[in-house]
Amino acid sequence: MKENLEKIELLLNEGLEQIKALSATDKPDELKVRLLGKKSALMAMLKQTGTLDVADRPVFGAKVNEARQALETALQAKSAEIKASGLERALKEEAVDVTLPGTRRRHGKVHPMSIVLSDLKEIFRSMGYTVVDGPEIEKTKYVFDMLNTDEAHPARDEGDTFYIDDQTILRTQTSSVQIRTMLKQKPPIAIISPGAVYRVDEVDATHSPVFHQCEALVVGENITFGDLKGTLETFIKRLYGDNVKLRFRPHHFPYTEPSAEVDLSCFKCGGMGCSFCKGEGWIEMLGCGVVHPTVLSNCGIDPEIYSGFAFGMGLERITMMRYEIDDMRLLYENDARFLSQF
Amino acid sequence: MNLSMKWLSDYIKADMPIKEFADGMTMSGSKVEKWTELSAPLSNIVIGMVSALEKHPDAEKLWVAQADVGGDVPVQIVTAAQNLFVGAYVPVVLDGGVVFNYHDGTITKIKKGKFRGVKSDGMMCGYQELGVPHEYLPYAATDGILILNDAPLSGNSPPSQEGKPAVLSVGSDAIEFLGLKDTVVEFEITNNRPDCLSVLGLAKEVSATFELPLKLPVCDYKFEDNGESLALSVEVLNKELCPRYMAAVVKNVKIAPSPRWLQERLRASGVRPINNYVDITNFVMLEYGHPMHAFDKKYLSGDKIIVRNAAHGEKITLLDGSEQLLSEEMLVIADAQQPVAIAGVMGGEFSSIMDDTKEVVFESACFNGVSTRKSAKKIGRRTESSARFEKGLPPEGASAALYRALQLVKELDCGDVLGNIIDIAHFKSSAKTLVHDAAKVNQILGTDIPKTEQLKILKKLGFLSEEQGSVIKTSVERSDVERQCDLAEEIARIYGYNKIKSTVPKLEGGGIERRETFKRAVEQTMIGEGCFECMSVTFISPKSYEKAGVCATLRDSVVIRNPLGETMSVMRTCMSPSMLEILSRNFNNRVTQGRFYEIGRVYVPTGDELPDERQVLCIGMYGEDEGFFTLKGLVETLMENIGVRGIEYIGEHEAKTYHPGRCAKIQVGKTQIGILGECHPKVCESFKINARAYMAEIELEPLYELTGTVPKFKALPKHPALIRDLSLVCDDEIPAAKVEEIIRKNGKFIEQLDFFDVYKGAQIPSGKKSLSYKLVLRKPDTTLTDEQADKSVALILKALAQNNIELRKEN
Repeated sequence: MKENLEKIELLLNEGLEQIKALSATDKPDELKVRLLGKKSALMAMLKQTGTLDVADRPVFGAKVNEARQALETALQAKSAEIKASGLERALKEEAVDVTLPGTRRRHGKVHPMSIVLSDLKEIFRSMGYTVVDGPEIEKTKYVFDMLNTDEAHPARDEGDTFYIDDQTILRTQTSSVQIRTMLKQKPPIAIISPGAVYRVDEVDATHSPVFHQCEALVVGENITFGDLKGTLETFIKRLYGDNVKLRFRPHHFPYTEPSAEVDLSCFKCGGMGCSFCKGEGWIEMLGCGVVHPTVLSNCGIDPEIYSGFAFGMGLERITMMRYEIDDMRLLYENDARFLSQF
Repeated sequence: MNLSMKWLSDYIKADMPIKEFADGMTMSGSKVEKWTELSAPLSNIVIGMVSALEKHPDAEKLWVAQADVGGDVPVQIVTAAQNLFVGAYVPVVLDGGVVFNYHDGTITKIKKGKFRGVKSDGMMCGYQELGVPHEYLPYAATDGILILNDAPLSGNSPPSQEGKPAVLSVGSDAIEFLGLKDTVVEFEITNNRPDCLSVLGLAKEVSATFELPLKLPVCDYKFEDNGESLALSVEVLNKELCPRYMAAVVKNVKIAPSPRWLQERLRASGVRPINNYVDITNFVMLEYGHPMHAFDKKYLSGDKIIVRNAAHGEKITLLDGSEQLLSEEMLVIADAQQPVAIAGVMGGEFSSIMDDTKEVVFESACFNGVSTRKSAKKIGRRTESSARFEKGLPPEGASAALYRALQLVKELDCGDVLGNIIDIAHFKSSAKTLVHDAAKVNQILGTDIPKTEQLKILKKLGFLSEEQGSVIKTSVERSDVERQCDLAEEIARIYGYNKIKSTVPKLEGGGIERRETFKRAVEQTMIGEGCFECMSVTFISPKSYEKAGVCATLRDSVVIRNPLGETMSVMRTCMSPSMLEILSRNFNNRVTQGRFYEIGRVYVPTGDELPDERQVLCIGMYGEDEGFFTLKGLVETLMENIGVRGIEYIGEHEAKTYHPGRCAKIQVGKTQIGILGECHPKVCESFKINARAYMAEIELEPLYELTGTVPKFKALPKHPALIRDLSLVCDDEIPAAKVEEIIRKNGKFIEQLDFFDVYKGAQIPSGKKSLSYKLVLRKPDTTLTDEQADKSVALILKALAQNNIELRKEN
């Protein structure tokens, strides 16, 4: 019996030694089989139980179990240790140079003018305006006649306007959409009409025979010049931030009276005068005015009851100023090296 | 309009800083573009007195002068001028001063230096170095220094204005003394204000803007009828285009250069002085805004003036020497034989005022604006005169201008005016009457400007006098003021646009239209798929249809009557020429690969009044990674993202734009809504794209019509699926779509059918291809058994076999 107990002790100690000796690359499970499996020396000893005195059996059994538990605990601890160090090593090996550039999916870009137009649409929609579209090839009736632009107005010259035939032109302004809207819809009206317009201009850094406008029209009861001012101030501040200042300058358009041009304080110098604003401190931004009563009555809207305001601006201008693009031609050349910048 | 501040000062004292002047005018409606100091380059030139003069020790022709310029010591100057003397007052350019080069007029800086060993600390100058014509300083030596002792001390002002005495004092500004200081302010005048294309018109605006008193020129010319016959007859044949024609005759004409004050004012305004008579007409035009003309009477054949339309084939040689063929709609001034002027535009060379002119006919007329503009445009000469007439001048202005011209003849003492004038008038007064309604004005503006203040402004602008009350009688120059809204603008611009309180109206619209949501979904897919958005010009060359292989039916385009050139002369009916241009530009700019898209308009003639304007999505791509299927995949992704199902792709072999074997029609049912494919190599070649390029054109409206259904949630599967792979072999001609159709139609429990390979080559008989699919089979309510799955596959295979599609045999 004593022999047996000593052997158990010996097996235990040997086993613990072997567990201790396990390296990170060894497999604890294999050792477990050797030490504690059915064919292990320790388990083999259990088979001897029958040969022992009945009185010795509980002690012997307890001793074997004790040894088995001790080995299991030690094995568990060791395998946890090996796992942990293995993970640590693996993590270490997997380390990357985080300063290398990221892998990217090729991503497209919208045209810079689309960005600007989306901004404008969003601002105006949030202010209660509806976006309206209309034809680009248009009747002179809608572009000139009904907009109080008489037969002799220079804007109608073939040197300024592209003609299809005597009554059909490429629209020179999107105001034609306003006319179409007023003919169709009773006040209150609040629309913007963005789109392409055409004028006979040779292509150069600041001119294009096709360019884009965004015009707005509001018609209702008691719409005033003050409303026009407030609307434009709200719009401009939402587009450019609260620091920008507006200046309303008297001007003349056949379709509005009173009419104004709006200047913004220069983005670069804030109004001090610099090369960007040619020393003026102001940048010309848009034209606007109170809708001429003749235009309203042309569209079957009684100017004694209703009044309105309208304004219009060039998208190219806003885009070029925002991104400091110095040549308008770039906007229509669609060079990927240009388009990828915005 | 260029305004000389010196000229303006004849009528109004506006001596605030120029910036303040410009800002004030801009804000009251006369926009100042810029201003220029006329003597700007000249600097550091003072009056000096020659206190000593000696011969240069080493140079025969040089003098060494000491000039007292007010400092402790005189300035020593070496000069070659021979007209100096002790006691002479001269302009002295000090070290660092700037003058014009004597020889070539370039701007030259004067520096201290030495001439043949003698130091010279400045320069004395002649009139040439001051950059002015001799007429300005007639006392100046033509070859030598300008001797200021000879200068008239009375200043330089028109006779009707008071002259300012000038004082000779050493060290003071010589430019100031010579009266060469002037600032020219450039105004941008709006079309409705031709009256402001004149010094007096602007003076009135200055007066209203700054509340300054105005001193108008006194024009008290009186005719003394001496009974002499004019020996001139005027006949106006086209009264519509010439509502008024006035003529006066001057005899004993003395042609001479104009006095300096007159020349100066013309030059500052950008008009070249010619001689006293021509100058008078120009001066009056600039002062009153009403153009005039002067004829040499001896060249008016038959002593006759006929205002008529040009006859067919008539010609005229203009003042600028150009010969012009006239057309019948042009109004001309003719004598008994031929045209002598194009009405309101330019006079003829033959009848112009020359040095030997003895009798002058002054014309002061009113010509129709549109007619004048068209004539000017036709001959390509927009003159100072036509630019004014074209805006519509009041006929009343003709008389004031004529009287002013005759008064100037008298003041310049250059001829005797015959005591009679011709005035052929057919017009109603341009002045208008309306009643000022202060409440309406406030209603338009959204203001609360008291009536008294409104009236005050209207008075300042000359619309009202004390006794008129509220009844406005506009001046003839302001016939543009017709209604309350016009009065509102007049009041507002003087009151100050920026003083009007801003308000924001309450609006009820807004929100996003469904069409916009659709467009955004398209855009987002394109961006997500790596495409750059493009914007191209919508008019193209008709030749580009051929170049792009566009089919004949799409070549019928809306044609621009007056295009900028052939390359921009028709409105495109399809997007391909524009996109190919974009691909070509990028390829040739060495962009190695690219995906592009544009949602553009095409314009298709319909036979109706206006063409059909449609939106087309055009996608273009090229580069190593691109192929027919990357493009098709992009289109499929788009369809999925916008929620369009049931799109069919059908092989298209005829479209000349595309590769006959790599092109598909995009169809919804039987309707084609687009096309996609590899661009035909010939098309690529003609657009100089040396790569395989791919393009899709899809009409947006029919797509939009198919969208709008909101996807409905399907419960996630609760039971496992079974997977079966099918590798099939069939004739090459059988389209995969057909194979898929058979599988879907005959199989059961098919949840998903994924194509994963097509193979041709070894192990596959020639003329055949192998197609591989993964079938995902699932029953929604119970677990699918292997037997059920196998049965489904068996059904599929049986149906396929009937179509000569066999399971691929393992080797």
